[in-house]
Amino acid sequence: MDTIIEVRDLEKHFGSVVANKNISFKLKQNKVYALLGENGAGKSTLMNMLSGIYKPDKGEIFLKGEKIIFSSPKDAIKNGIGMIHQHFKLVENKSALDNIILGQYNGFFVNRKKIREKVMGVCEEFGLSIDLDKNIEDMSISEKQTTEIIKVLYRGSKILILDEPTAVLTPQEITNLFRIMNNMREKGCTLIIITHKLHEILEISDEVIIMRKGQFIEDVITSETNEKELTDLMVGESVDLKIERVVVPDGREILHVKDLVVEDRDRIKKLNGVSFHLREGEVLGVAGLAGSGQKELCETLNGVIKATSGDIIYEGDSLKNKTPREIIEKGVSMSFIPEDRLGMGLIAPMSMTDNLILKNYYKQTGLYLDRKDAVIQGERLIRDLQIKTPGIHHPVKQLSGGNIQKILLGRELDTHPHLLITAYATRGLDVQSSHLIYDEINKQKQNNVGVIYVGEDLDVLLELSDRIMVLCDGEITGIVDATATDREELGFLMGGKKLEEIEGAKHG
Amino acid sequence: MVKILKRKEISHGGKIGIQLASIVFAFIFASIFILMTKNNPVSVYFSMFQGAFGTGFRFKETLINAIPLLITALGISLAFKMKFWNIGAEGQIIMGAFGASYFALFHGDLPGIILIPLMFLGGAVCGSIWGLIPGFFRAYFKTNETIFTLLMNYIALNFITYLQYGPWKDPDAYGFPKIARFGRNAVLPNLMGIHIGWIVAIILVAWVYYFLHFTKSGYETAVVGESENTAVYAGMNVKKIILRTIILSGAVCGITGVIQASAVARTLSVNISGGIGYTAIIVAWLSGLNPVIALVTSVLFSAMVQGGNFIQLSHNIPSAVADILQGTILFFVLGNQFFINYRLQRNK
Repeated sequence: MDTIIEVRDLEKHFGSVVANKNISFKLKQNKVYALLGENGAGKSTLMNMLSGIYKPDKGEIFLKGEKIIFSSPKDAIKNGIGMIHQHFKLVENKSALDNIILGQYNGFFVNRKKIREKVMGVCEEFGLSIDLDKNIEDMSISEKQTTEIIKVLYRGSKILILDEPTAVLTPQEITNLFRIMNNMREKGCTLIIITHKLHEILEISDEVIIMRKGQFIEDVITSETNEKELTDLMVGESVDLKIERVVVPDGREILHVKDLVVEDRDRIKKLNGVSFHLREGEVLGVAGLAGSGQKELCETLNGVIKATSGDIIYEGDSLKNKTPREIIEKGVSMSFIPEDRLGMGLIAPMSMTDNLILKNYYKQTGLYLDRKDAVIQGERLIRDLQIKTPGIHHPVKQLSGGNIQKILLGRELDTHPHLLITAYATRGLDVQSSHLIYDEINKQKQNNVGVIYVGEDLDVLLELSDRIMVLCDGEITGIVDATATDREELGFLMGGKKLEEIEGAKHG
Repeated sequence: MVKILKRKEISHGGKIGIQLASIVFAFIFASIFILMTKNNPVSVYFSMFQGAFGTGFRFKETLINAIPLLITALGISLAFKMKFWNIGAEGQIIMGAFGASYFALFHGDLPGIILIPLMFLGGAVCGSIWGLIPGFFRAYFKTNETIFTLLMNYIALNFITYLQYGPWKDPDAYGFPKIARFGRNAVLPNLMGIHIGWIVAIILVAWVYYFLHFTKSGYETAVVGESENTAVYAGMNVKKIILRTIILSGAVCGITGVIQASAVARTLSVNISGGIGYTAIIVAWLSGLNPVIALVTSVLFSAMVQGGNFIQLSHNIPSAVADILQGTILFFVLGNQFFINYRLQRNK
């Protein structure tokens, strides 16, 4: 088989930081490659060099045996390398067709009919289906992704890089994406997929390229490996992948949410009739596609946004019209990590000490703000949670995602909450940091803390939670026992099927 | 081809190096215009320095002009720390002067020891009200404070014109539309040859520095500035914090008006501020909202203006060229921000 791309000794520095070093591998046609590595292993840097966004400091890239130098992403596209970014680069209020042809024609007139035929041809060839006249803003995430793929294929790319394409999809949508990827492989494309989910790598890829600390580690044939081996190679040491589910005897009920309705400014219902309860020492997993109401649920429980109707009973008291500060004082700790990680829980340009005092500074008397305790607390957290930082006075935004998360978690757990709400607590964290957080959650559970764990990785939700509540469009589609359900069932619930319907289908 | 890349971080030395280089380049570039007037740039720059610091009198003038710049920059820094873009310092200065003038004109028979504190109080209150109006609408209705504060300046300006032509017109001015001069009791006393506004300025430097760095309120101001979401999440009363901060900001700017009316103009007129409210934005920004650095920056800024005026006389340079010099220096000094945040890389 032909080698289509070869990289030799690629190296890239950012200041004194070595992002990539000694990277050499060959990619062949008609293959799917998975790129595996922890956060900060240099995957994005490598892909950015292949797609012309960065220029390597050293080393060479060969395309079909010819040495190539990209000075911009346009050069890469011209040479048939296209990238599908994790965050789609689409114009929201334009149709799929407009997005596909955007930037392609510099003439004054555009023959849309001819282009449409050509786009349809591409779709047919690769087995893609999409409504070309639908506006991006009306599309589901899966449809947006398909539009991105068509855009890249239409530009003639034969080598496609997909950056975490499955992170935001339901299991059913992932199956569909993999079908498309298989099609593309058969039609002579070379695909590189970046993902953290090992079972997906085993399912879709032919070979796995493993990176660690900026360096190329190994290139393994997928059919000859397994999850355990891949993780060990990625981390560099033997790791225990299993998340232990600590069993705690049933505690008393601490939180009861009754028929909660939350509307946004435009009076659109973000949560509709949500009812559930939570016991001490219980982990309630919350699953759902992005934007199904998880954010609103967390923020309403914390008092950041007000409920339109319904009630939240915590320890016998209603939290409904309480301010965030009154709720904090009641011992509800919310470690809420929005997509934009530093948007709410922490103040990005401030130091660790200034972030640690965020929720308790007001308890000090007088005008003067004392930071002495925060300094001691900060030093203790750095030790206990192994936070890597140049110092407690260093702006938190310059730390890596895992360390930022540890600061946030450390601050919240130090308040000894009775109810802990975490949203996407491990987003963007590597395997080891993630496990540190799962362990912390289990520890809290043993201390009789009720935990609401909003997550996106279904495997983690299944292993960590006691029960899983699935949200779709602001409504609960089902609350299931984590030991008695599976990925498929959760997938259907996330897609909007009600539990009764699924049960009915099973029996009927 | 040259590519622009964002810097991740910059060392302290690198930053100072860029800033010094920008000043050197500014002087080199400005030399072109001086040469066009057939003057020797070196001697022009030397006399600029002479004009600002050469004699005791000139040095005093430089300081007197630095005082309002400094105090206003402090007031602006308070609001800017909250990312509340207060462009309304000009109006707040004018209203501060108005508040002081009320006591100076209508209670001028009080002894200075009582009258002057009353004038400061009146000026601070009027300045803070002028800030509070846009602050209220920003906090409760999310209006754009930049436009709102800017337009408030014109209201203040025309309000003074109205007073000057109408109710506060001095009957003893032979029909000229002007407001009466303040009595002796209403004029700030001198200390070490300069009116005591400089002491007020230094106290305010210390107070604003303490407020921003060591008080709970200052901390809240900074948190709201960085992220209102985070502030709400932490249980802060965001509306209250916005109103408190803008009241303080307006009050400090109002104090500038008191000092200018009492010690410099000794009356109230539409020229009382003369653009200080806008120039101080540059001073606050150049100082990175740091009160101590603002102290130095305002003196240097004032020196640049004084020196620019002086060379018009000493070298017979047209005022337009002096303005070009000032503009060029500012352009380079402000432009260095670009090189601090970004670096250029040549494509091989």
